[in-house]
Amino acid sequence: MQALYAQLLVGLINGSFYALLSLGLAVIFGMLNIINFAHGALYMMGAFCAYFLLSLLNIGYWPALIIAPIAVGIFGMILERTMLQWLSGLDHLYGLLLTFGMALIIQGVFQNYFGSSGLPYAIPDELKGGMNLGFMFLPIYRGWVVIFSLVVCIGTWYLIERTRLGANLRAATENPTLVRAFGINVPRMITLTYGLGVGLAALAGVLSAPINQVRPLMGADLIIVVFAVVVIGGMGSIMGSIITGFALGVIEGLTKYFYPEASNTVVFVLMVLVLLVKPSGLTGRAT
Amino acid sequence: MTALTDDTLPVTPRAMRDEMIVFAAMAALLAIVPLTGIYPFFVMQALCFALLACAFNLLIGYGGLLSFGHAMFLGTAGYITAHALKVWGLTPELGIVIGTAGAAALGVITGVVAIRRQGIYFSMITLALSQLLYFIYLQTPFTHGEDGIQGIPQGHLFGVFNLANPTVLYYVILVGFLGGFLLIYRTINSPFGEVLKAIRENEPRAISLGYKTDQYKLLAYILSGTLAGFAGSLKVFVAQNASLTDVHWSMSGEIVLMTLVGGLGTVFGPVVGAFVIIAMQQYLAGFGQWVTVIQGVIFVVCVLTFRRGVIGEIAHYFRRSL
Repeated sequence: MQALYAQLLVGLINGSFYALLSLGLAVIFGMLNIINFAHGALYMMGAFCAYFLLSLLNIGYWPALIIAPIAVGIFGMILERTMLQWLSGLDHLYGLLLTFGMALIIQGVFQNYFGSSGLPYAIPDELKGGMNLGFMFLPIYRGWVVIFSLVVCIGTWYLIERTRLGANLRAATENPTLVRAFGINVPRMITLTYGLGVGLAALAGVLSAPINQVRPLMGADLIIVVFAVVVIGGMGSIMGSIITGFALGVIEGLTKYFYPEASNTVVFVLMVLVLLVKPSGLTGRAT
Repeated sequence: MTALTDDTLPVTPRAMRDEMIVFAAMAALLAIVPLTGIYPFFVMQALCFALLACAFNLLIGYGGLLSFGHAMFLGTAGYITAHALKVWGLTPELGIVIGTAGAAALGVITGVVAIRRQGIYFSMITLALSQLLYFIYLQTPFTHGEDGIQGIPQGHLFGVFNLANPTVLYYVILVGFLGGFLLIYRTINSPFGEVLKAIRENEPRAISLGYKTDQYKLLAYILSGTLAGFAGSLKVFVAQNASLTDVHWSMSGEIVLMTLVGGLGTVFGPVVGAFVIIAMQQYLAGFGQWVTVIQGVIFVVCVLTFRRGVIGEIAHYFRRSL
């Protein structure tokens, strides 16, 4: 039973990353009509940012949790301003190709300087150790990742679904021309939205640094799984992406316990099943 | 919404004549390669990728479907052919037939799933399906995991042509490439191809005209996958191995890149793109990971400033369809 709970916890942690990443993808897709292939590379940059802050400037985990998403978010906004904005009006597919190219560049540069092996990042002192819950041993850091991710996800949901800013954003998603007529600066909003989505990816990167080590290709395979998550959940609903992300993480964890050979593939197999039964995704609208 | 290929010109008899002239020139140039002393291995490899990119282009350029998982056909056919030659000891022609048939079967299975969604979702689904296959090949014993299948015997095609001879192999690959190319050319100029273009331009209207668009898209997908598999089977004889690299997502990305550089939706673009990218990889092989960075830069530059690609720009300049 111990092993089952441990795998469930691993599943929840992976689910947190799926949720944070697919949430960002959904927000970006809503505003920019672009599937951000560079999301995995920016997630990796978040982790590296935390690593640099610690090793070069001796700035620890807690400030990194704020600085890294902002720094990578600004980097993302520069990408949006200099490149992505020129794609508006073109077929969606060009956005995918452009961001794929950006991902290759970012990952290639990091691989040149850091190879493919992992760099260690220590768990902060406050979150070291574990708790005995009676039925299982819970490493505190892992519990923290799950709870903090959940809080961030719900916070993002609240921001988009329940605030004035979010209302403007959703309106601009539906009809940017009309929203501009109301005097709202839609291009600036698009840039900030991209920054927000990218910041969420970088935050997930910082969270994962102490668990998964910091590697240049840490986001490359992850982003493909997240694409499958997005196909399963559909991008129509923020809450939908959050729930799908966590649920798939848990299912993956269970698979690791009951049938480890399929743990790499279970998300893709589920995607196939969902497409056969409900092609528009669990929460999505038909496209 | 601007379509992928902005100004496609209708294929008039004159345009057909242009294309036939270019085709004849291309075939003649390729036929004299062994006499020029150019390293034939490089050209053979490029020809396999050119056919692969043409097959991919059939789907994106004429069907509007961007597959980000075309490496799965390349790799699957490669593994099956390699296994058939090495373990079962089959003749080359049977190996190619079985490998291509395997890719066709894969096309049917994945196509039924993938064409359920359009546009961007289609790309993500094909990418995820190819990743699923990658993990399967990583774990099944017959692929030999990380090592791949190596030292594949080349044998005698039809019992006559000794494929271990580079010149003979070169002409066999060339014939395979030209055959595949003509099949694609015939397809895009057939009534079927016209319906595909109509679906690309405006799917709801095609549906309203009574076309079962899903069937057309599925057929195009299967055809594209089968030809990509054929290219994968041919490549086994050139490289004499079949490995996980051929199924990896980065390979799918390279196929997209070749077609983009040459020109999406042009007849000859993918061929040019394949030669450009393969040549680049050869000359820059010493730069390690910078090759990936350069590929990324080419992607970015192409999408931002050079969306027509090499052949697309030439065709646009001369107001011809090529």
